[in-house]
Amino acid sequence: MLAYLIRRLLNAVVTLLVVTLVTFGVFFLVPKATGSDPALLYIGKQADPVAVEGIRTKLGLNDPIIVQYGKFVKGIVAGRDYANGPDVTHCSAPCLGYTFKTNQEVWPILIKALPVTISLAIGAAVLWVLMGILFGVISALRRGSVWDRGVMTVALAGVSLPIYFTGLLALTIFVYGLDWLPNPEYTPFVDNPAKWFSGLILPWVTLAFLFAATYARLTRANMLETLGEDYIRTARAKGLRESTVIGKHGLRSGLTPLVTVFGLDLGALLGGAILTEAVFNLRGLGYWALNGIRTNDLPTILGVTLFAAFFIVIMNLIVDLLYGVIDPRVRLG
Amino acid sequence: MSLGPETSLHDETTPTADAAQVRDKGEKAIAGRSLKQIAWRRLKKDRVAVGGGVVIIALIVIAIIAPLLIKLLGHPFDEYHNDRIDPTLGLPLGKLGGLSKDYILGVEPVNGRDIFSRIVYGAQTTLTVAFLSAFLSTFLGVLFGMSAGFLGGWVDSVISRIMDFLLAFPQLLFSIALVSVLPQSMFGFNTRWSRTIVLIVVIGFFGWPYIGRIVRGQTLSLREREFVEASRSLGARSPRILFREMLPNLAAPILVYTTLIIPTNILTEAALSFLGVGIPPPFPSWGGMLSDALQFYRYDPMFMIIPGAMIFITVLAFNLFGDGLRDALDPKAR
Repeated sequence: MLAYLIRRLLNAVVTLLVVTLVTFGVFFLVPKATGSDPALLYIGKQADPVAVEGIRTKLGLNDPIIVQYGKFVKGIVAGRDYANGPDVTHCSAPCLGYTFKTNQEVWPILIKALPVTISLAIGAAVLWVLMGILFGVISALRRGSVWDRGVMTVALAGVSLPIYFTGLLALTIFVYGLDWLPNPEYTPFVDNPAKWFSGLILPWVTLAFLFAATYARLTRANMLETLGEDYIRTARAKGLRESTVIGKHGLRSGLTPLVTVFGLDLGALLGGAILTEAVFNLRGLGYWALNGIRTNDLPTILGVTLFAAFFIVIMNLIVDLLYGVIDPRVRLG
Repeated sequence: MSLGPETSLHDETTPTADAAQVRDKGEKAIAGRSLKQIAWRRLKKDRVAVGGGVVIIALIVIAIIAPLLIKLLGHPFDEYHNDRIDPTLGLPLGKLGGLSKDYILGVEPVNGRDIFSRIVYGAQTTLTVAFLSAFLSTFLGVLFGMSAGFLGGWVDSVISRIMDFLLAFPQLLFSIALVSVLPQSMFGFNTRWSRTIVLIVVIGFFGWPYIGRIVRGQTLSLREREFVEASRSLGARSPRILFREMLPNLAAPILVYTTLIIPTNILTEAALSFLGVGIPPPFPSWGGMLSDALQFYRYDPMFMIIPGAMIFITVLAFNLFGDGLRDALDPKAR
């Protein structure tokens, strides 16, 4: 078990390194091929050549890409100094560099954005898991009924709707039209729990609806498959109560595949719910990712990509460990 | 969800000689049907799937005859109509976003461009990107999936690792970043078509592992089947086994997953355009129209609802058709 864990953690670190290396490569090679210069982005187009050269030396942009990448990794682990002769800027670990445009440290920006994304993702996840599984299970148990057909129709519509449309619709109706909810915004939970809740409820519900649709469909399909198994018939034949048959024997194996999907979805969302944050104007990781991309800000993009990959890798690891617990057929090692 | 090993399907596609003879002699009434015929019969009976298919065909026709349609019912997609706009508010004159006989879906705020024309041209973009990127994903997925499943060994480990890696990759983030660093026009195409090509390549590339995994799994199980062994013992070489024996057996899952990846691609394309890295203005795309609507939807909701509804209808149609196709091709799925 311990050996397995160590191997998986090493694997995770390698994945993160590869993700950042690929991102690094793309953002250094592509601008080179298209003739734009990161130093110019940093300092502005009208700068005199001496200043540009100075920046280039300070940021190490003259080094070969692999050396630059090495310095980037070192910055995360141990911090780094940006030096151009006597002009030294120290960036303590974990250092993701400075934004090109505004010359701020990237790490604190992202750490500040993290609670927004986490609040959004976790709140929505709780809702969509509850709704998705509840509706999916009831649909499977009442297969072919009006309820089943109704839920599945709504779910099919749900998987066909993009958040950038439902989000705007929800805002139009509930915020601007009926005036039931305040304009979504993020208030830290510790400052004012009620405001935290009311500011996020609309993004939660909107986001959860789309995911719940997928989960209801998946749950229904898995449950139907499980309930057709022989051991369910055996359980019934043994005279177990229907609630035990469904609750203990059915749900356990019917919901196991959902754990994988849930891990991937939550991991992806924690790395920045780009679309949701854009629609509701929330300043989480996704907002900064988009901001970095729009201003061609490599350090920000790299930082968010690293965070995003980190969450995906970690959630994958958690899911695999959980599998060992919930599915007795799986043995880790 | 999954299309299990195609046991029943295979038997239907290649009935053995004995079985065919027995059928000919004894039971005249029962005609042998190919999988294609069986699936087609099932699909025709599925009214919801047929509905989805009809909508898809209608959309394709609209996209193809777009210039003609616009000549008849609309105005050039980049023509400004300031006379249709309230000069003080910048909003369309008249009810429902300026809906009228001349402008059947209304006009855009501020510049008064014809929404109908932009929707019709947007359909061209959406469908081109969705179909071609799905084909690219399918091609790569089948190529790598079959190679991994058939060759096994280190080829399999390398391809499987790459697939796992791509699936664990912040894809949307990376697509946005990649599209945004590429120049607006490349390879001598104008901005509209070079961006379309970039979108096809990026979306298609990130989609292949989904199909690749399924094809790999199916190939693994097909490889051990008797008919492959028989073919090999008759002296068939690997390419023949791959393309003549195994590929036909993979056709059903490949077809289904290609159909089901199209709606995902439509949503991704619209998302990229919504985030401002899709088709550049003034060329229309549905996602881009939604993004334009961000400033105005409080005062002119129609401008947001029309492109949003188009995305919804199109994606829904593909999902309905794809689900129906899966049920028709795989009797066990129900």
